[in-house]
Amino acid sequence: MKQLRAAIVLTLFFILVTGLAFPYFVTFVSQKALPLQANGSMIEANGKVVGSSLIGQGFASPKYLHPRPSAAGNGYDANNSSGTNLGPTNPKLLEGDKDFDGVKTLAEKYRKENSLSESDTIPVDAVTRSGSGLDPHISPRNAELQAGRIAKERGMSKESVLAIIHDNTETPFVGIFGDARVNVLKVNLALDGIRI
Amino acid sequence: MIQIVAYFLILLVLTKPMGIYLTKVFDGSFRWLSLVEKPLYALLGVKKDDDQTWRQYAVGVLAFSAVSMVATYALLRLQGMLPLNPQGFGSSQMPAHLAFNTAASFTTNTNWQSYVPETTLSYFSNMVALAIHNWASAAVGLAVAVALVRGLSRRSASGLGSFWVDMVRGTLYVFLPMCLVGAFVYVASGVPQTFEAPKSIMTLEGVKQTIALGPVASQEIIKQLGTNGGGFFNANSAHPFENPTPFADIFTKLLIFVIPAGLTYMFGRMVGNVRQGWAVFAAMSLLFLTGAMVCNSAEQAGNPAFAKYGVERANMEGKETRFGIAGSALFATITTDASCGAVNSMHDSFTPLGGLVPLFNILTGEVIFGGVGAGLYGMLIFAILAVFIAGLMVGRTPEYLGKKIGRFEVQMAMVAVLAMAASILFMSAIGSVKQFPKEAAINTLQGSVYGGADTGYGPMTGNTNNPGAHGFSEILYAFTSATGNNGSAFAGITANTPIYNYMLGFAMMIGRFFVILPVLAIAGNMARKKIAPASAGTFPTDSATFSFLLVGVVLIVGALTFFPALALGPVVEHLQMTGGR
Repeated sequence: MKQLRAAIVLTLFFILVTGLAFPYFVTFVSQKALPLQANGSMIEANGKVVGSSLIGQGFASPKYLHPRPSAAGNGYDANNSSGTNLGPTNPKLLEGDKDFDGVKTLAEKYRKENSLSESDTIPVDAVTRSGSGLDPHISPRNAELQAGRIAKERGMSKESVLAIIHDNTETPFVGIFGDARVNVLKVNLALDGIRI
Repeated sequence: MIQIVAYFLILLVLTKPMGIYLTKVFDGSFRWLSLVEKPLYALLGVKKDDDQTWRQYAVGVLAFSAVSMVATYALLRLQGMLPLNPQGFGSSQMPAHLAFNTAASFTTNTNWQSYVPETTLSYFSNMVALAIHNWASAAVGLAVAVALVRGLSRRSASGLGSFWVDMVRGTLYVFLPMCLVGAFVYVASGVPQTFEAPKSIMTLEGVKQTIALGPVASQEIIKQLGTNGGGFFNANSAHPFENPTPFADIFTKLLIFVIPAGLTYMFGRMVGNVRQGWAVFAAMSLLFLTGAMVCNSAEQAGNPAFAKYGVERANMEGKETRFGIAGSALFATITTDASCGAVNSMHDSFTPLGGLVPLFNILTGEVIFGGVGAGLYGMLIFAILAVFIAGLMVGRTPEYLGKKIGRFEVQMAMVAVLAMAASILFMSAIGSVKQFPKEAAINTLQGSVYGGADTGYGPMTGNTNNPGAHGFSEILYAFTSATGNNGSAFAGITANTPIYNYMLGFAMMIGRFFVILPVLAIAGNMARKKIAPASAGTFPTDSATFSFLLVGVVLIVGALTFFPALALGPVVEHLQMTGGR
């Protein structure tokens, strides 16, 4: 019985201290000291929130840099994060089915959109879906292969598109951890000339 | 490669200071929070010098687990009547079978999630009903490990210390201070911390996007430090709001291993010979580095089918660009070496051999650094088996740390090993063949309402997301993850059905308590023994030879028990993939 009392008191202690006091304290301090990050790193342009710099969004128009395909809801649903969870030998992953583009179809589309030849190897991130479905980044090579198309659509020089891509490329932490990557939303905002 | 080595070197540097800190927490020499401790002990009705027998200690563990599990079950079912619920979720999102599964899951430090958090749980449920177990279950693991180490280091003693005092001291001196600092590191790197409802915005192309938010950072920190792994979001640590940058990612990886690694040093110090601790550390390191390298090279080698379409082969399906292949493979290895179960990429989409590594890590009992506390006590079980086997080979009475290993210790060690194997294999077998039609008893119980369509009626194999060998791997991974108290998944499987929820819930409880109870029994029995001075015939357990023997025992037990099951899943799939089928 003595131990039962201790069990009940300790459960209440965890509820009050680690369940309530701790998160409220962290919220209070974070909202004062780090309001931008604590509220989701939202990007404002012309007084309106256009997205979060950490969360990918869908882009279909040829004048924009395209993100990776996404398995979150109907694509980049930030209230429904998910990967495909398809295994490497699953025919659905490779060939797709009637409402789902497989790697094969995605590769054909990418090749056509960006006028690539059969001998060009396609960056794997362009035809695979991320774990969260909300990946805000693509690989630098994927971005560079799209630069020609974007330049043509917008009547800009390819060099200026590449310069914008370069400006929004993030490098691995201390040169070791993680991969180099391009933030798609930031590039597209810069392409539209929107200041943030 | 460089990432893996750099990570390991940082961990190596942190091990000794963390170990010294833990020693001071549990030998009682830290006193700077005694102002909080004293009234808390009074409320609990315990004294700081209490010394419980192993049976009393075990009753404490069970009483606390039972009470806190019931509390969580009740809070989940009642979430509709509780505050901090901007999305208005109620008990229809939380039917009885799911609440049972979830309460068992968080109580046992598993953090398996059968549900999609964004569309199931209120902020209150996440933060209070579930997150309290992130703290409590980690403290329980730590306490049991400390009790075992006390049992090994004490001589002719009857007690193992006080469970309640260990719980309080672990929480106050280890978890709270580290989490207070760590939560702000997460916020600074971009993890949200707010009670606002999800935010709706218009994207640049004029599409409405609803961005889920919440008090994420305060939960994320203890999720990783306590090797819990239950995500605030469905995508877990692949979600940019849980793990926004490569810096946050490497910080996370260190949080997962720092306490388990430090515990090996604490163990050495408490038994009076730090080399004993380093020998265990070395065995863990060898297994960890091998796993990480194999997983990384399998994922880099990627999917041969991609080459047919003129695509790079490296396997980026289910991985985030910011972490890349190496960062994802390293995370997968760490999270399954430990009983964490957080994921920064989807293991279900790994190549067969890349996915075999996390699966095998859990099957070996998560003793490679392992969960907080659970890793050390699991590995010490294997150490006892290792000296027993070495003793058989040379025909001497086995000893560990100067104490004779008798029949009782070996029996208890085997109970722990066999309970795990039986739970995983029997339940996976049931999952692979059994039919549960709509009118089966389990599907018509009160509160057995389905979340989704009629997945769950009929054969359990109907709930997998992939056909063939990979589908079997999903089922095997689910019961392995649950029994091993890991919580990661081949997440394509739809587990939110009555049969899966109940079976997985029981698997978690078997995996937790059928290890903790034998461990405490061994601790109690070892504490009573005298320490015999080492003689020429004593097998030294602070040597490299012992580390290799320990690695061998872990691999042999894992391979012998589970090879047939692994052959049907990942091995067959690998042959199919390389055979181009």
